[in-house]
Amino acid sequence: MAAKGKITIDQGLCKACELCLTVCPDEAIRLSESLNDKGYHPAEYCKDSCRGCALCAVMCPEVAIEVYRG
Amino acid sequence: MKAVYTRPKSLKPVPNHYCPGCGHSIIHRLICELVDEMGIRGKIICIPPAGCAVLAYNYFDFDVCESAHGRGCAIATGFKRAQPDKIVFTYQGDGDMAAIGTAETLHAANRGEKITSIFVNNAVYGMTGGQMAPTTMIGQKTSTSPYGRRTDVEGYPLKITELIAMLPGAAYVARTSLATPAKIRDAKKAIRKAFEVQMAGLGYSLVEILSPCPTNWKVSPRDSYVYLEEKMEKEYPIGVMKDNTATKDTETSCFRKPS
Amino acid sequence: MDKKVLMKGTDALGEAAIRAGCKCYFGYPITPQNEVPEYMSRRMEEVGGVFLQGESEIASINMVLGAAASGVRAMTSSSSPGISLKQEGLSFLAALELPAVIVNINRGGPGLGNIAPSQGDYYQATRGGGHGDYRMPVYAPASVQELYDITMRAFDVADLYRTPVMILGDGMMGQIMEPIYVRERPDVEIPPKDYILDGAEGRPSRIVKSLILDPSEMEEHNWKLKRKYDLMAHDLPQWEEFMTDDAKLTIIAYGTAARIAKGAVKRARSDGLKVGLLRPITLWPFPDEAIRSVAKKTKLFLVFEMSTGQMVDDVRLAVEGKVPCEFYGRPGGVVPIPQEIARIIERYWLQKEL
Repeated sequence: MAAKGKITIDQGLCKACELCLTVCPDEAIRLSESLNDKGYHPAEYCKDSCRGCALCAVMCPEVAIEVYRG
Repeated sequence: MKAVYTRPKSLKPVPNHYCPGCGHSIIHRLICELVDEMGIRGKIICIPPAGCAVLAYNYFDFDVCESAHGRGCAIATGFKRAQPDKIVFTYQGDGDMAAIGTAETLHAANRGEKITSIFVNNAVYGMTGGQMAPTTMIGQKTSTSPYGRRTDVEGYPLKITELIAMLPGAAYVARTSLATPAKIRDAKKAIRKAFEVQMAGLGYSLVEILSPCPTNWKVSPRDSYVYLEEKMEKEYPIGVMKDNTATKDTETSCFRKPS
Repeated sequence: MDKKVLMKGTDALGEAAIRAGCKCYFGYPITPQNEVPEYMSRRMEEVGGVFLQGESEIASINMVLGAAASGVRAMTSSSSPGISLKQEGLSFLAALELPAVIVNINRGGPGLGNIAPSQGDYYQATRGGGHGDYRMPVYAPASVQELYDITMRAFDVADLYRTPVMILGDGMMGQIMEPIYVRERPDVEIPPKDYILDGAEGRPSRIVKSLILDPSEMEEHNWKLKRKYDLMAHDLPQWEEFMTDDAKLTIIAYGTAARIAKGAVKRARSDGLKVGLLRPITLWPFPDEAIRSVAKKTKLFLVFEMSTGQMVDDVRLAVEGKVPCEFYGRPGGVVPIPQEIARIIERYWLQKEL
């Protein structure tokens, strides 16, 4: 099934608090193996299962996530 | 695909200085979303506190006037009395609101000042390094209550929001939480309502927001949100305590009884 | 022609503020200045201004700060213990460069002290009683007319230099009744207030703040304020000289003490003693130059204060040891009569063989 939505994560802003992971109903977010400039393993969009619910963006303290639906 | 969630325009496009998982930046975003949605950038004035959010002016792209610790409601009073057509809100922490600024807060509420207070309760003094706040939970260890808050020594958590709800000058008083996305959305609804109450000239409006401080609670961001929901919401029950508007706010989801 | 009316000091102060365009008054009751808020509560209603009795002096000065940030002329008044509470706000007003007028009807102290006229707050007023590296213009009127005129001027000075301005009086100055001209505000061009917060409609957002975490930026802010204080020190000093031209002994006194001293000078003159009076009207900036110029003519300075001696330090700094400088003080709310000061003059006259 094709994803109904998608997200973009500004990895430079991410502080790896993992809150987006905890709220994502589609398990579409994980922490990256690589480090960002701040020294965190930033969140990354990992699975094509996003439904565009935007819970991750509502939760994200860094305003690092943008959500698209269509 | 259509963008359904993007950065609000009135939130400056800069990284914030808050610790990972901090609730301040979520609340900043909610306020900025409302400023955009309500089209009030040209009328709104923020009085931020002394505390972690003192730097709010680095993020809010609207007019901001600094305050000394605890004096937010007095400055807001002076501003609003001088310029009644502006929308003036204070952004205050627990120490600011309920310790050093108790007099300013209670009296502004009691006079029914047409201002709004966004009260961020994280049960510690964040910026100074996690000392005990008036809202620190019973038994909670902080850097100045290393044995845990004891009621016979440090007294009880101060519920200033409940106190203010009793005052006739307060028109809208609610306590919300950041524990889940649904509750965050309800916090935004409460802030919107508080601004509307001010714009309608009904009196003082207050939204307390229970917010985590993972750094000073010494837990992970994930655990801090669990603590927030399981512990803090027990001590500080969320809900609308007062609503003098025609369309009462009891319908919004977070204030319904859990099924 | 302006009308001459009999007016009490506190009323003259209030009326001058209103005619100077003061839009907001915030204050808290404390004796001996209660007539100011009482007058303002009545008059502000009539002129469509704002009167609000705050819950404390701290709240009141911060209300003034809020109103000033919004761009209107605002003031507060209090008396010594209340002014102590306002120091936090004064420091912030100075740091934020917001204009405001603060009136201190000085009473006896320290502590609760009493409610009698005193000059014990000189240090607090002129040294910037709050924290941080700042100065604040301080005016010390000595008659009801001068109180009226200075109040009006204080609002202009506050706006011209973007600074809090203090008017330092005492219970005597507030209670005294004298006929005065209730003049309209003179034309003073005030620069546009481009710093105020009026909503960021169609312009970049503005910030009124004093938090400057970077030490080198803070240093620059301090130097910027210093340049402003230097400008004020050059522009603002005001003083009155009375019979100083041929005076061998010159009294230096301000406010109520200067009124008493003037009576003493007249008595001494009628006894043939060549005595004069130099009265600082601005206590900060202090009229150093005027004192230095009198120091070239006189043989002895006698500083008289209703305190144990505070302004005398500034006089000695100005005189730079060129002329001896004696002190006579009556602290604690005691108001001596001119005869007492005349006796002191006579004593020094004989002792120093003037």
